Amino acid sequence: MMNYEAVVIGTSMGGLEALRQLLAPLQRNFTLPIFIVQHRQATAEEYLTTFLNEHCVLAVKEAVSGEAIQAGTVYLAPADYHLLIEPNHTLSLSIDAKVNYCRPAIDVLFETAAEVYQTHLIGILLTGANHDGTAGLRKIKHHGGFTLVQQPSTAVAKIMPLTAIQAKVVDRVGTLAEIALFLNQLFPLKSS
Amino acid sequence: MQQIEIEQIELNLLLEALYQRYGYDFRHYSQASIKRRLQYHLAKTPHTSISALIPEILYNEAACQALLFDISVTVTEMFRDAWVYLAIREKVIPLLRTYPFINVWHAGCATGEEVYSLAILLQEEGLSDRVRIYATDFNDVALQKAKTRIYPLKRMKEYSQSYQQAGGKSSLADYYHAHYDSVIMNESLQQNITFANHNLATDGSFGEMHLIFCRNVLIYFNQTLQNRALTLFRDSLCYNGFLCLGTKETLRFSEVEHEFNPFVESERIYQCKYQKPNGSIFNTGQ
Ligand SMILES: C[S@@+](CC[C@H](N)C(=O)[O-])C[C@H]1O[C@@H](n2cnc3c(N)ncnc32)[C@H](O)[C@@H]1O
Repeated sequence: MMNYEAVVIGTSMGGLEALRQLLAPLQRNFTLPIFIVQHRQATAEEYLTTFLNEHCVLAVKEAVSGEAIQAGTVYLAPADYHLLIEPNHTLSLSIDAKVNYCRPAIDVLFETAAEVYQTHLIGILLTGANHDGTAGLRKIKHHGGFTLVQQPSTAVAKIMPLTAIQAKVVDRVGTLAEIALFLNQLFPLKSS
Repeated sequence: MQQIEIEQIELNLLLEALYQRYGYDFRHYSQASIKRRLQYHLAKTPHTSISALIPEILYNEAACQALLFDISVTVTEMFRDAWVYLAIREKVIPLLRTYPFINVWHAGCATGEEVYSLAILLQEEGLSDRVRIYATDFNDVALQKAKTRIYPLKRMKEYSQSYQQAGGKSSLADYYHAHYDSVIMNESLQQNITFANHNLATDGSFGEMHLIFCRNVLIYFNQTLQNRALTLFRDSLCYNGFLCLGTKETLRFSEVEHEFNPFVESERIYQCKYQKPNGSIFNTGQ
């Protein structure tokens, strides 16, 4: 099996509920760090972290610049800041210009993560109503990582996953439950 | 060796060249951001690799300036995070008022939007005649723009809203004149402002401050450089002086954490509790 080291997830419109459905089934022994960009209003700040923490056994927190990446932790890009992965496995934030009219932008997270984790990265794109994320998935594939997108017919907004599929940068398409199962199977429960 | 690893070597060499030739120290910056911006810069040149930029920047100062401009993030806005300015107005100003004279330092002021925002606030609070604002950055192109006081008209609607949320007492339009698609900020705002080049990675303290703004600069620094800048702020602040960081920046885990008290923690406003050793280079006057 591939030796994965990290997961990046991008989503926009409809993302809150999709993230809940994806993260809730993850088991405690899931030890990869997960980085998430969800486009949202600056005012919804604290809510997303609190909400996801209530629905997920893994620790969910907002990313802090300079922070060392911990196993089994879910990091959210703060509203209005790009989230980047550093070559020395720390996080950094930037208020650089918007990309695809978005800050945080999914492409910025995916592209920097692709360079750091290369073949050991899983990139996941969920529901969304714009084109952010496709360039990022392309870069993940270019570096030998694995890419999944939500089945567009099950997404609140299809454009984001559909754009990626049309750009032929997707290894697997699945429902949220299937993607969660895929992630859990990376860490099979030890049978006694 | 993989392409990525070779690129890392190229990046290290370029940063070393910038440092040795011009003293610009990007070696302790967030690498991911610099790398992304270098790709963008490279796309505008005939070169295809990062290392190809090295001879050019070594021999051509203008090329170096262009590169510096492209790799540093100077994105800024007026009254960014309006609630921070509201906290300054309601909680910090009443204390600053007790001083006969007030020194303010904007470190990493970029193109000046933040500086004029605070200047407006200070004017509304009636402190203009006893305040001096030092606005510094290490990017000369950005500083030049700041000095012109000229900004795009199309951003003003958004800025006006932020100004109101920041507790603005009149209308932002009272502080500028529109001309075609630009605005020029009132000259009176600039009277107390001194713009100067200052590098947080290499330069020292230049005066005793009552309030230091350093927002969205430390996020680009690694821990070493953050500690250097924060120590500089500690040494520059008077006892009980204020430090205002960006919304996603914190003193926690820094070397100077225990020399500050959170003042309005949610807005990242800290108060300096550091007693300078005797023989301080400043005459505190208090
Ligand atoms: C993203 S801008 C922040 C502008 C403004 N303070 C705000 O929050 O909107 C960061 C600024 O820090 C400046 N900067 C970066 N490194 C610096 C250094 N070593 N010394 C001085 N300024 C620096 C950059 O040139 C840029 O203008």
